[in-house]
Amino acid sequence: MTAVKEIKDVVTILFAGDSGDGIQLTGGQFTDTAALLGNDISTFPNFPAEIRAPIGTVAGVSGFQLNFGSIEIFTPGDQCDVLVVMNAAALKVNLKNLKKGGVIIANSTGFDKRNLRLAKMDEEYTLQGDKRLEGYKVHEVDVTKLTRETLENSGLGTKAVDRSKNMFVLGFLYWMYDRPLDITIKFIEGKFKGKQDLIDTNIMVLKAGFHYGETCEAFPTQIVVKPAADIEKGVYRNVIGNEAAALALISAARKAGLQLFYGTYPITPASDILHTLSRHKNYGVKTYQAEDEIAAICSAMGASYGGALGVTASSGPGIALKGEAIGLAVSLELPLVIVNVQRGGPSTGLPTKTEQSDLLQVMYGRNGEAPVPIIAAQSPTDCFDAAYEACRIAIEHVTPVFFLSDGYIANGSEPWKVLKGDALPKITPKFAAARKEEDAPFLPYSRDEKLSRPWAIPGTKGLAHRIGGIEKENLTGNISYDPDNHELMTKLRQAKVDKIADYIPEQKLDNGKEGDKVLVLSWGSTYGVVKTAVKELREEGQSIAHAHVRYMNPLPKNLGTLLSKFDKVLMPEMNNGQFVKIIRDKFLIPAIPYNKIQGLPFFTHELKEKMTEVLNAK
Amino acid sequence: MAEETIIKNSGAKLAAKDYATDQDVRWCPGCGDYSILKQVQSVFAELQLDRDETVFISGIGCSSRFPYYMNTYGMHSIHGRAPAFASGLRSINPDLNVWVITGDGDSLSIGGNHFIHMLRRNFNLNVLLFNNQIYGLTKGQYSPTSEKGKVTKSTPIGSLDHPFNPLALSLGADGTFIARSMDRDPKHMRAILLRAEQHHGTSLVEIYQNCNIFNDGAFFTFTEKETKGDTVLFIEQGKPLIFGANSDKGIKLDGFKPVIVDLKDTSANDLWIHDENDRVKASILTRFFDDPSTEGALPRPFGIFYVEKRDNYEDALITQLNKSIEAKGHGDLDALLRGNNTWEIK
Repeated sequence: MTAVKEIKDVVTILFAGDSGDGIQLTGGQFTDTAALLGNDISTFPNFPAEIRAPIGTVAGVSGFQLNFGSIEIFTPGDQCDVLVVMNAAALKVNLKNLKKGGVIIANSTGFDKRNLRLAKMDEEYTLQGDKRLEGYKVHEVDVTKLTRETLENSGLGTKAVDRSKNMFVLGFLYWMYDRPLDITIKFIEGKFKGKQDLIDTNIMVLKAGFHYGETCEAFPTQIVVKPAADIEKGVYRNVIGNEAAALALISAARKAGLQLFYGTYPITPASDILHTLSRHKNYGVKTYQAEDEIAAICSAMGASYGGALGVTASSGPGIALKGEAIGLAVSLELPLVIVNVQRGGPSTGLPTKTEQSDLLQVMYGRNGEAPVPIIAAQSPTDCFDAAYEACRIAIEHVTPVFFLSDGYIANGSEPWKVLKGDALPKITPKFAAARKEEDAPFLPYSRDEKLSRPWAIPGTKGLAHRIGGIEKENLTGNISYDPDNHELMTKLRQAKVDKIADYIPEQKLDNGKEGDKVLVLSWGSTYGVVKTAVKELREEGQSIAHAHVRYMNPLPKNLGTLLSKFDKVLMPEMNNGQFVKIIRDKFLIPAIPYNKIQGLPFFTHELKEKMTEVLNAK
Repeated sequence: MAEETIIKNSGAKLAAKDYATDQDVRWCPGCGDYSILKQVQSVFAELQLDRDETVFISGIGCSSRFPYYMNTYGMHSIHGRAPAFASGLRSINPDLNVWVITGDGDSLSIGGNHFIHMLRRNFNLNVLLFNNQIYGLTKGQYSPTSEKGKVTKSTPIGSLDHPFNPLALSLGADGTFIARSMDRDPKHMRAILLRAEQHHGTSLVEIYQNCNIFNDGAFFTFTEKETKGDTVLFIEQGKPLIFGANSDKGIKLDGFKPVIVDLKDTSANDLWIHDENDRVKASILTRFFDDPSTEGALPRPFGIFYVEKRDNYEDALITQLNKSIEAKGHGDLDALLRGNNTWEIK
């Protein structure tokens, strides 16, 4: 039979199941196919901290949300149109994330007595009998059974057969959304290279899922999402935030003509940067998995001292351990990029969940007066631009710099217009030149117009000098306990960071105009969702504007003036109110906080409700 | 290397004093650190080491002020972390001659983790561990090498800690050059430093160093004429283990058990012959750690316990990188940014 085709602008699918069900892989494959077909996309993987949490339980549910469309997309979507659940626990956790009247595709075997018990649900439960599901379109598919039947004569054991059931689901969804199979077939061939039996069986199951969609009369309609029309012309690729950050580090080192040294200790959700970098040794990248977080940053500083671009990365707990060394980096005034991919805190907190709660830590979390510039990425692709910018500032201003990302954009992905190396901004390191004996003595703490000191690397003739964490005499860098000198050096270190404001762009409005009633001031990974909410409200005729800050320290020079043009400033943050403290402190304005601290990004509808409330308030 | 360095330094031969900075040395008068500084400068002059190619990196503590007094590149870093800074520096510039200066608290307490990982990775470094068995800079608390029962400011009725045996620890961490010397024997120290400098890998030299303010005389049994004859065993490659005020005692191995013998009864040919490449014997030697006041105590060995040729981390790192370039070609930036899967919006 020929299915009816229905055209839609945008669709949100949420895949959910056990963390061992291959949910992330299924979501990733659907994403790649959507991207290659020219849809705009945004994804949100949401998985448990445990690698293999107890099977079938609520704690073990892994999710992957994908928003794709023929229109511009800035978020992975609020609630989904289609919820795919591999077991009862996945439904229990995610029903609230499905739009009213949405589609549920459920794996029947995942609702057997055992699974119901594991999900702590009534063993007599049936999908048909669930009153809460009235109004939803529920489709039970016995994925496990159909997969087993497909591979009946394959010779594979039941365990191996069951492992490919995600391919059945993927094939079925490809049919539902009228997608070709070839991209995933190519992927399977690459993944199982040399294991022809696995290639054959996975492709068989994928096709079986597709054909099931074709022949099963329960689904008479295929949904078509056309390529995005408003996207700028050009060549695109898909990129995950952490991968984009890694590419930025390699690119910045290359453009600056420096070695890249990446000293780190594995931690979620930052480790993928290490994984990406370690695959690019032929780019001259030196990755170093140190014995702990402290050694990680100290090794990176040793590399910077020697004239390389030293980079270290972690998440909040690791950044806490690095604190003393960051203070030394401030005192030594060496280039250093410190990546913080934030997660829920305090302590171990929520390792796989997102939060923006390390802003005050990176801003103030050191002993003494120790200012560090901070750049925050706003989206997966912006992880490239922001990390590149962090490198530029570190190298050209000879200072440690924080690059802030978070689990949401670090693991999320979106299409990225392919850049050419030539198009990247130049980065110029300024090494101190060799000196002869008759030259004037070298002054390691003299300063240039940026207030930066010379980067004098060991091995340079005539520059032998000593630096350390004890307060240094201005110019000479010798140990000094002089009270006036300490005050001078403290002020100089601050002035040097403040001076960076002369070398960064002014703050612009992302949407709206000066004089609008409310300005929504956001930072970091909330960009996409705030942008969407403000856009929708403006389309409804509301007097609301949006500015998104990337340079967190120093702030853009015009920010104070810009803020003064609005009656109200609303600041949504995924924390208990951190940037709002800084803004209130710097500009003495009654900025209004709006906080979500659930380890999850904002939804558009939540923001719109809050914005409307602020717009309507006197 | 020495000859090449002379040319680099425009022909003028450098004296020990040329390796000193203009900064006043601020250790307490009588401190053992002075002797170590002097020997290091003298070894530098002997080898004509290039000041601009040398870096001293230290942590925190009295000993860690050392870099300020060497007219080379230097970094006075943070407590216990000098090995970590050195590892990054060596990884990106293996031409530099890097020395790590540390103390017993710095390397064995707060920096214990970095210390053992540095040894197993075998970075090409010279590490001087100034062991004075006390915390000097913080004014006299016991350290991880202080003897059990030590009465200090923080242990007024005696410490409860079992002390570290730094060389046994180092050997346990697979160090490739393990030696001990003392501040009061400049000649010995100089010989050991020369060998340490030649070794390609982490050269660990523990130096017994007297803190005359907070732990005066901690090592006098080993350093003073009156007692050292019977308590000190100088070990030399290929030579029998002989000690005693009149060189009349020796060490023999009875199975794996070291036994003190009288040379009147035993021929020197039957003694333990020191072999610095023998790991098993080295591990027994590092366990010569008796309290010298106990009856039948084994003498404390000084010299080079163990030397092993093993790849160091930074060489392996560079080899791996070059192999990767050979296999995949020098990374092209445009290819990197493009990735493997693209599509075009027309």
